[in-house]
Amino acid sequence: MQASDRFNINSQLEHLQAKYVGTGHADMHRFEWAVNIQRDSYASHVGHYPMLAYFAIAENESIGRECYNFMQKMLLPCGPPPEREDD
Amino acid sequence: MFASIELDYSEADQDSTGQAAAEAQKHLTFYELDLGLNHVSRKWSDQVDNGANMLVTVPGGGDGPSGVLVCAENFVIYKNQGHPDVRAVIPRRGDLPAERGVLIVSAAMHKQKSMFFFLLQTEYGDVFKVTLDHDNDRVKELKIKYFDTIPVTSALCVLKSGFLFAASEFGNHALYQFQAIGDEPDVESSSATLMETDEGFQPIYFQPRRFKNLVRIDQVESLMPIMDMKVVNLFEEEAPQVFSLCGRGPRSSLRILRPGLGISEMAVSQLPGVPSAVWTVKKNINDEFDAYIVVSFANATLVLSIGETVEEVSDSGFLDTTPSLAVSLIGDDSLMQVHPSGIRHIREDGRINEWRTPGKRTIVKVGSNRLQVVIALSGGELIYFEVDMTGQLMEVEKHEMSGDVACLDIAPVPEGRQRSRFLAVGSYDNCIRILSLDPDDCMQVLSLQSVSSPPESLLFLEVQASIGGEDGADHPASLFLNAGLQNGVLFRTVVDMVTGQLSDARSRFLGLRAPKLFSVVVRGRHAMLCLSSRPWLGYIHQGHFLLTPLSYESLEYAASFSSDQCAEGVVAVAGDALRVFTIERLGETFNETAIPLRYTPRKFVLQPKRKLLVIIESDQGAFTAEEREAYKKECFDDAGMGENGKVEQMENGGDDEDKEDPLSDEQFGYPKAESGKWVSCIRVLDPRTANTTCLLELQDNEAAFSICMVNFHDKEYGTLLAVGTAKGLQFLPKRSLAAGYIHIYRFLEDGKSLELLHKTQVDGVPLALCQFQGRLLAGIGPMLRLYDLGKRRLLRKCENKLFPNTITSIHTYRDRIYVGDIQESFHYCKYRRDENQLYIFADDSVPRWLTASYHVDFDTMAGADKFGNIYFVRLPQDVSDEIEEDPTGGKIKWEQGKLNGAPNKMEEIVQFHVGDVVTCMQKASLIPGGGECLLYGTVMGSLGALLAFTSRDDVDFFSHLEMHMRQEHPPLCGRDHMAYRSAYFPVKDVIDGDLCEQFPTLPMDLQRKIADELDRTPGEILKKLEEVRNKII
Repeated sequence: MQASDRFNINSQLEHLQAKYVGTGHADMHRFEWAVNIQRDSYASHVGHYPMLAYFAIAENESIGRECYNFMQKMLLPCGPPPEREDD
Repeated sequence: MFASIELDYSEADQDSTGQAAAEAQKHLTFYELDLGLNHVSRKWSDQVDNGANMLVTVPGGGDGPSGVLVCAENFVIYKNQGHPDVRAVIPRRGDLPAERGVLIVSAAMHKQKSMFFFLLQTEYGDVFKVTLDHDNDRVKELKIKYFDTIPVTSALCVLKSGFLFAASEFGNHALYQFQAIGDEPDVESSSATLMETDEGFQPIYFQPRRFKNLVRIDQVESLMPIMDMKVVNLFEEEAPQVFSLCGRGPRSSLRILRPGLGISEMAVSQLPGVPSAVWTVKKNINDEFDAYIVVSFANATLVLSIGETVEEVSDSGFLDTTPSLAVSLIGDDSLMQVHPSGIRHIREDGRINEWRTPGKRTIVKVGSNRLQVVIALSGGELIYFEVDMTGQLMEVEKHEMSGDVACLDIAPVPEGRQRSRFLAVGSYDNCIRILSLDPDDCMQVLSLQSVSSPPESLLFLEVQASIGGEDGADHPASLFLNAGLQNGVLFRTVVDMVTGQLSDARSRFLGLRAPKLFSVVVRGRHAMLCLSSRPWLGYIHQGHFLLTPLSYESLEYAASFSSDQCAEGVVAVAGDALRVFTIERLGETFNETAIPLRYTPRKFVLQPKRKLLVIIESDQGAFTAEEREAYKKECFDDAGMGENGKVEQMENGGDDEDKEDPLSDEQFGYPKAESGKWVSCIRVLDPRTANTTCLLELQDNEAAFSICMVNFHDKEYGTLLAVGTAKGLQFLPKRSLAAGYIHIYRFLEDGKSLELLHKTQVDGVPLALCQFQGRLLAGIGPMLRLYDLGKRRLLRKCENKLFPNTITSIHTYRDRIYVGDIQESFHYCKYRRDENQLYIFADDSVPRWLTASYHVDFDTMAGADKFGNIYFVRLPQDVSDEIEEDPTGGKIKWEQGKLNGAPNKMEEIVQFHVGDVVTCMQKASLIPGGGECLLYGTVMGSLGALLAFTSRDDVDFFSHLEMHMRQEHPPLCGRDHMAYRSAYFPVKDVIDGDLCEQFPTLPMDLQRKIADELDRTPGEILKKLEEVRNKII
């Protein structure tokens, strides 16, 4: 019972990881996590038109420009990744 | 086949040197959907400019070369499989700072048999016409020509009939007509003249000019974005007005919204006395327009003939020495005037028949349609006349009622019939009787309805059968009986077309006066005008019967009016004036008056006693008014001197008066400045006259963000105005500022102008200000400070630095202070005078990015967050009592705090995902005497209301209705309704009224099915929905 459950959860996780970019795993790095959060936020901003309008008012830019800026920021949202310490 | 712009970031995420990121390249990829295999295959991929942001399809097949236009920052590039890129530069405005690019934000394609072109709009509002020179599949040249400038849109649509619809991203949408399509051969930019230099491609400049190709035809009002809103009855009208700050930059405005339909007044003329009634009549049933306006006074009748002008006539045949009770067209071509002592029947050839009342009795009430007349004599006798085959008016029947008749009306003659069967008689014993007019059972009572108060006016309203009407549903013909009761209630029932039985009664309070009902025509259909203490219009719009107030003064008597100049108008009397008006923009809930503002409005406060508004406006990245003036001058001087060939040419092409009348900012937008530059102003506005009585432009890059009225202990200056400003504010890369200030202004000239007393420097942006116990509370970043007024500056009295992020709102009530944090919801605070300490005693357990807040009651706050949720939090009663009773005010406990938070937590009592960023809310009642609801305004320009249920039954009913609607009427895109309303937090104790209101749009059998499950009839459900709606507006 126990063993099959564990197997189940693992396979479910694998399924999630394959389906949704950014699903966490045990060895996830802090940077990777932050990048995923940032990208998800940008994607959400772009996807919610009222939110884009809200930013557009704050920055006094057109909505199209805000959308473009968020898209551009999705590349390297947290700057370049840190040096990997070899493990 | 479809195309996409793709960017692979996986390598950039791994490469710590940043080289991969620098080399990351956007690709244009074509995919094809194979319907046979139900599979998408990747056809082709190619590198594309890294600034690419939009794709526009180029027609293929016989119409064009196929492929796509890739819109990128500063460029438009034509791309297709196996075709070299054709690139052209998007022309820049001459005044654009070099750091800024030009981005295309919306596009439309127009295709005709022989040609096609694209209209691309930039983020600054300039529309360019893009054409492709092609030889079959080879594109030789891509040309970009400046077309016109319109406010920035989110979408453009070219209609086949030669119109352009522009859906503005902020502000009113507009419809333009094409005057030309920019066919002249001179183009600003072309792929053939593309110049590549060492620093990249050579930019091309142009100067915007006035409309050459477009002309604006109409606009659709949009409140987007609502920045602040207050509901108050500043004009002392019957219903309060909604004052909302809308729009952005040069298109900002203060809009005064009044619930109801707008009207446009065509004429007002004084009459030689106080009229009591007015009618309009045609001379012939086939006439299109009315011939006479007949006005009745206390002892005379005035006849006005309608022609080119309206003038008095005496040859109409009407008796002018007596008041009139009714005037109408009878039969096909004769006129009838009913006066207290008889009926005058004026035949088409001028013969006059007069019927006189028997003895000393007088006629008191009249009801008539085209073929039937019923009069009521004093004492309660009814006499019924009919028009016979020869056009004579014949007495048919007499009937004695038990008492005086209060009002009567005959239903209109149904299509293809000789007579209408129903006569409604209202009497002073609070009854309405339906009498038959059929020869077999003439004057027999068919049904009886008792009402709450004596009826004053009756009106049958016939709704014609419609098949596949505006709402797509079939409606059988139906007859409604409306009664205006003396207590101001409009009572409405359905009359069975066969038996005359009354059913489905609804009543609604309209105003303090008994409503008088009149039949008018709206868009070719019968509608009803109800004149109570304000006028209302009952009409059918998209299959729904709507009863809406008109924004007009109270009227005495009205009739429909139709003439050459005005096809569907209303003529009415009020006081000693005759008024002609038309009703506009049917179907709208509010009508608005807009007063333009200079910059994006942020907040405003009211001076209720002086009826003035004080508004703060600020814009980032714009020039001050003087700089703009100077720049404009310079720009036109340049153009005159012809330094730039292109500019000169365009100036000559345009109108010479361009120089005197510069381009309107509303259309062209303000020129862009560097992002660190701010402009701002404080304005005192009289909303009644729309006059700005004082406008202070802030200097030195300062921008105003908060405002409040404050009365200090020291009453030397009376009420003062506090304005929180920031100097040199920047959001990126990190929020920074040169300094923050709190300005204190004194009102001069009865509040009409302002004088600066002093300004106090603070170390953050004061985003929230509020008066508290004769002092000023200011939220400066994470600090809450209490200030007192000094001679030279504000004096800091007390502060609390323990707020998590930035304070955005402060409300006070008694000794409590309700502080809203930008990211961490509400904090309830108290101030202890003896120890001079501000402390937080309760906070919320959920992080909420507050955008709006409202103080509901002592323990409750309403808030809205950035993600589109509205919620209410309440301090539990026992906690609240404990704090009030505790001699230390919960302070000892406060010192114990939990997990960096306050010792007490608030409870969420209401939660709902609106799906739009709510920017302002207020508790208010939009109808006189109605219950209060929470009104909110959003960034997208919608106004919404949350109404509290008062009975458990209603809650049960609506939650079940909502549940059934969720199941039976899933949204178009297949999202789960409950999941949507719970998008960020689970929905709690709110029912989606919008969903419930879609019930009437369901097919009949589905309506019946749901009604059965709720143990009601569909009619009852509709009535319930209407009842709730009527509580709000």
